[in-house]
Amino acid sequence: MIINHPLLGPRDATEFSYLGDASLMHRPEWQSDDAENQFYEYQYLRDNKAGIHRELWYHEQGDRSWLVVTRNTLTHEISSVELASDVARREGRSR
Amino acid sequence: MRYSVLSLLKEAFNGNKGWKPAWRDPEPQAEYDVIIVGGGGHGLATAYYLAREFGINRVAVLEKGWIGSGNVGRNTTIIRSNYLLDGNQPFYEQSLKLWEGLEQDFNYNAMVSQRGIINLYHSDPQRDAFVRRANSMRLSGADAEILNQNTIREMCPFLDFDNARFPIQGGLIQRRGGTVRHDAVAWGYARGADQRGVDILQNCEVTDFIIENGVCSGVETNRGSIRANKVGVAVAGSSGRVMAQAGMRLPIETHVLQAFVSEGLKPVLPGVITFGAGHFYVSQSDKGGLVFGGDIDGYNSYAQRGNLPVVEDVCESGMAIMPMIGRSKLLRMWGGVMDMSMDGSPIIDKTPIDGLYLNAGWCYGGFKATPASGWCFAHLLAKDEPHKTATKYRLDRFKRGAMVDERGAGAQPNLH
Ligand SMILES: Cc1cc2nc3c(=O)[nH]c(=O)nc-3n(C[C@H](O)[C@H](O)[C@H](O)COP(=O)(O)OP(=O)(O)OC[C@H]3O[C@@H](n4cnc5c(N)ncnc54)[C@H](O)[C@@H]3O)c2cc1C
Repeated sequence: MIINHPLLGPRDATEFSYLGDASLMHRPEWQSDDAENQFYEYQYLRDNKAGIHRELWYHEQGDRSWLVVTRNTLTHEISSVELASDVARREGRSR
Repeated sequence: MRYSVLSLLKEAFNGNKGWKPAWRDPEPQAEYDVIIVGGGGHGLATAYYLAREFGINRVAVLEKGWIGSGNVGRNTTIIRSNYLLDGNQPFYEQSLKLWEGLEQDFNYNAMVSQRGIINLYHSDPQRDAFVRRANSMRLSGADAEILNQNTIREMCPFLDFDNARFPIQGGLIQRRGGTVRHDAVAWGYARGADQRGVDILQNCEVTDFIIENGVCSGVETNRGSIRANKVGVAVAGSSGRVMAQAGMRLPIETHVLQAFVSEGLKPVLPGVITFGAGHFYVSQSDKGGLVFGGDIDGYNSYAQRGNLPVVEDVCESGMAIMPMIGRSKLLRMWGGVMDMSMDGSPIIDKTPIDGLYLNAGWCYGGFKATPASGWCFAHLLAKDEPHKTATKYRLDRFKRGAMVDERGAGAQPNLH
């Protein structure tokens, strides 16, 4: 698989390490009332989609940026690659 | 028809014209006592033991494709019970015992071959860990021996003992481990279940569950709706997808694992051999091909095919312990999609929905578990309580912090 890095252009997937579902960017609020349950769901449960999947890849052997890759898990086809920091800000995080 | 030497001789003289299909191809009935979703090894074994052990034979196995089209027909066929933890070892030892009697039991040649499995160790700490594992295996009644380098040199002279980075110091051998003809397992269980009244419905895909007031009373399929008192799901790599139809999220990710077979060679390997310093396992099939594999590709996939980086990694590992493997040509390779659980251990449990039961999370070690998984799932479906060797495989163990974490590596969906 080739990941089209927004800054560095097309890079081989072996330069990256994989974390999983992009929802892992949103760590639960540790002070909320049901924090225990939220952390259980965050840590262990997955949508595990067959089809379009947004996921986190880390450019470990490159510029060490985190990317959000949108990829079809049925075909391995990648349809978009964004910097995770851009996605996080767009989704309401301050940094 | 019972298969025997006599029936073989009779058919030989008869021009082999009298063989009958090994199972029926019935139309779905409107209702069953138990529906099993998924005609892989685990689903078929469950149906077989439900009928044979627990006297429940109004059972249907629903398979979206043909039986054996999933992982049961795609794996590298290794069976063993060399586990460490309390929650695992007795279960896998029960499975190995069932393998030992399986062919007589279901009257089908599954080519169970106890040719032994050697896990190589390459350092002092690894030897200590293997000694501990061997002790734990013996506690559950399994066999385990630690072999020194000289013994392994006699058994496997072709290994690269003096490899500069990973010299082979010795190994843990389980002589009762080995290989089994994988599709024959699916066929044997299917035939045995069919003979006891189970309907095996192929090309029958479950598209939804019938759930009213928190109770599951059947399934919707492309061949119409089918009712049942209990529905057991055993769909391996499709677990997340299928249970989403019941509104459940699972502690599972689906990943692809590849397998490789070389051209046929004269007998060279004495049994199964695994590399202790990388991920590589190899055996030789009765046709002569070297059957081997390594790590999962490492990203979510339902594609049943992998990519080249893992091919390179597996072949490098093979060359590191067994340089002669480089002289043989690769004949074919393929992938299967697996239900990778968050602690590397399976789930055999009820779900929060009454009447709906789950068998999942087998990662890439579920083939060896087929008989015990079927037995324990049938026990759960018949008696509504877990079998004594499967009490730790609960769905809520992640919430309780009671993981069965054989690797000791914490929560990640890439174990075993
Ligand atoms: C390459 C590879 C190598 C492996 N090597 C080993 C090994 O050496 N030793 C070992 O112990 N294990 C090994 N495994 C793991 C083992 O094969 C699996 O854990 C085990 O086969 C899973 O159980 P099963 O046989 O029931 O799965 P499957 O055969 O996959 O059965 C699941 C079935 O469910 C069906 N299904 C899915 N969705 C639906 C639906 N909606 N409706 C109806 N049916 C549906 C599928 O079509 C499939 O036939 C390996 C796996 C792979 C892929």
